Amino acid sequence: MTAQTAAAHAQGHAHGHDAHDAHEHHHYTTTGLDNRKVAVWTFIGSECMLFASLISTYLIYKGKSVIGPFPHTEWTDPAGKVYKAILDIPVTSASTFVLLMSSFAMVLALQAVQLKGKPLAPTAGWWERLQRSSQFWLLATALLGTVFLGFQSYEFTSFVHEGLTIKTNLFGSTFFTLTGFHGAHVTVGVLWLMSLLWIDRSRGLAGKNDELLVDICALYWHFVDVVWIAIFTLIYLIK
Amino acid sequence: MATIAAPTHAGTAAASENTGIWSWISTVDHKRIGTMYLWTALFFFLVGGLEATLIRTQLMRPNMGFVSAETYNQLFTMHGTTMVFLAVMPLSAAFFNYLIPLQIGARDVAFPRLNAFSYWVYLLGGIFITVPILFQIAPDGGWFGYAPLTTTQFSAGPNIDFWVIGLQILGVSSLAAAFNFITTIINMRAPGMTLMRLPMFTWMSFVVQFLLVLAFPPITVALVFLLFDRFFGTTFYAIAAGADPLLWQHLFWVFGHPEVYILILPAFGLVSEVLPTFSKKPLFGYNVMVYSGIMIGFLGFGVWAHHMFAVGMGAIADSIFSTMTMLIAIPTGVKIFNWIATMWAGEIRFTVPMKFAIALIAMFTIGGISGVMHSSAPADLQQTDTYFVVAHFHYVLFGGSIMGIFAGIYHYYPKMTGRFMHEGLGNVHFWLNLIGMNLTFFPMHFSGLLGMPRRVYQYDAGQGWDTFNLMSTYGTYLLVVATAVFAWNFIRSRSTGAVAGNDPWGAATLEWSIPSPPPEYNFAQIPEVTSRYPLWDLKDPAKTAGIEHSHADAMTITDAHAVPVHEETERHTARELGIPMPFPTAKPLFTAVGMVVMFSGLTFLRYDMFAVAMTVTIGGAAMLIGGLYAWLTAPLE
Repeated sequence: MTAQTAAAHAQGHAHGHDAHDAHEHHHYTTTGLDNRKVAVWTFIGSECMLFASLISTYLIYKGKSVIGPFPHTEWTDPAGKVYKAILDIPVTSASTFVLLMSSFAMVLALQAVQLKGKPLAPTAGWWERLQRSSQFWLLATALLGTVFLGFQSYEFTSFVHEGLTIKTNLFGSTFFTLTGFHGAHVTVGVLWLMSLLWIDRSRGLAGKNDELLVDICALYWHFVDVVWIAIFTLIYLIK
Repeated sequence: MATIAAPTHAGTAAASENTGIWSWISTVDHKRIGTMYLWTALFFFLVGGLEATLIRTQLMRPNMGFVSAETYNQLFTMHGTTMVFLAVMPLSAAFFNYLIPLQIGARDVAFPRLNAFSYWVYLLGGIFITVPILFQIAPDGGWFGYAPLTTTQFSAGPNIDFWVIGLQILGVSSLAAAFNFITTIINMRAPGMTLMRLPMFTWMSFVVQFLLVLAFPPITVALVFLLFDRFFGTTFYAIAAGADPLLWQHLFWVFGHPEVYILILPAFGLVSEVLPTFSKKPLFGYNVMVYSGIMIGFLGFGVWAHHMFAVGMGAIADSIFSTMTMLIAIPTGVKIFNWIATMWAGEIRFTVPMKFAIALIAMFTIGGISGVMHSSAPADLQQTDTYFVVAHFHYVLFGGSIMGIFAGIYHYYPKMTGRFMHEGLGNVHFWLNLIGMNLTFFPMHFSGLLGMPRRVYQYDAGQGWDTFNLMSTYGTYLLVVATAVFAWNFIRSRSTGAVAGNDPWGAATLEWSIPSPPPEYNFAQIPEVTSRYPLWDLKDPAKTAGIEHSHADAMTITDAHAVPVHEETERHTARELGIPMPFPTAKPLFTAVGMVVMFSGLTFLRYDMFAVAMTVTIGGAAMLIGGLYAWLTAPLE
């Protein structure tokens, strides 16, 4: 096996549990789909149950906290100190927008790899040229993901300053655990994207196998995005 | 393995030419991994059995002082945990590993190295959770670990820490294996092996993998909450902070009830292979057997709260879960009747595997009937936490899962080793096992109905429980003898058993078309399957005349080198045949060690040893990442 395919294998495994020992892609499979793609789908199925359990717990415990601070309402502690409603919806709307845009960039990253083999017309403008740059779009996706994580760090820090930690009450425990798990998933996704970018820079991503590598990363990335939409709606928007 | 060109062996030679210890550590061959699962799980089965024997000795007579209350708590907790997570599930996994690729006509699983990783994580996780009992600090909160009982407020010692972290480790193993087997069954089938031609064991395994994938996340989340509560002071199970005391129970049983189907469906699959073989008839109602298996898996997610009828959920919830639970008896009953119909008018051979399979039908039915009794909430209120429940789930787990697994072991031993297990000793094992089991568990119905509660380490005389407990204890001792006979037979037959050929039982599926034990590459030429019973088509077409067939040339296959179904008798090395095999590698083991070290570092956190905890955890994480990097950048084959 060549170094190229070996490195390609590397990418299939960039994320912990759903490691994929790909047989070389010319291997016959029953469905014609690559094994790695099937495995990622089953992994995503499992992840759905993980987040469903976390989100359900948040919803079950909603309004059950004995003491504040609370997500959507003010709280005055026995000493008379007033804690404002914790959730900052405008800021989180901005971070949600950033994460959604990262999915857009991810789609273009995959398209860029798929367009690699196609000849570019000499009259092509900057957009056509940019569409071919998988490095640009991978970097853009990873950066947008990182900005989202930056928003989350800011949010967590400011909550702690306002008196809400993971130990404070049921809201703190469920909120930090749920969004923390999501943030950890985004972090893994950013690392995955960075390693794709690293491969792209070292040898260039092109061809069916590399398209698959980007494709399964994109599946994961979009999934993490969709989960955030559920979290944003259920935790932030619904009072 | 592809690089080793050793002389070929015929007949009873080992599965692969290289048999040193390193060859096992570095193997990625699904058959060897299956064999390691089998030996490890049988070892843990003995550990769990020993724990049960100590429990029963303590309960032999009223107010015995054989073990202390603390030790007793650890014994029943570890008996349940061991039997569920370290014995029965991995025994099933042994068959998944060994049989699925053979039954679908593949050369290995989809991800051979991930498969090795699953095994090593299981082994290390099993050691992690078992060793504390030697120091009397084993988990003591029951196999269900109800929080808030298991929070630091009520369980301050390190016992529960081992359980929480150990189960997380074992969960990783099960999930990784499930992704692997789903992909294998979807994607690695031989040409012509349509879903509705899969052997029934593979079908039931397929359902089980989906249950694993969907049921493990809820318990993972429940365990994460408990871990955070114990280690970081969160409030998930803190009643004073407003927590719901039922949160754990719901999350646990959303996992726990599918888990019982995870334990039983592989056994159902195994007897569905054994019964047609020894009745010389196709399985009765194959399609319905598939649908009922899927139905059991599906309904299994909607019945979890029948474990909680006594907590006061209210009439509506109780009624819904009662009804759902009763519904699940339908597909299960369908299976029972189909097995009986399979034997009906067949040419039955009463071999040892057949006896175990028939015993499963009978014993599981008894457990199933008491299960239907539990589904009625008013009846269950009387039976909750009594020995009646213990009797029920041992009839389905011992009488069902274990009987089915023994049927599978006797049935597939010739395929795995090339030799038969001794039939006479097998019969002794069977009868001792059957009598011992009924003597142990049948009296528990009565002690339970007379009000004897579970999990008590002593009881007073004069409540009508004495005789029943004595009977149960004698029955357990009989099971000890039965298991010793089995162990002797299992070990000795590897060298002294009668030599078995490709197809010692006259069975119908692909695994019997290749030598015993199978060569490393399984199939020299991938067969093109044209019906559910390819080997009977070949040898005795009359038997499968009523089954749907397709023509061998119905599809065009590229790069699969498929040929019509045939028997392979010659044994070569993969290199001689030019079949690319995955390289042996110890990287999955290295990675697994890193992961387990990483998790185990957490245990120090609660003792103000932050530096130690961080050193161990970060060291383990570094090993994990390094191992993963080396693994992912190394070519597979």
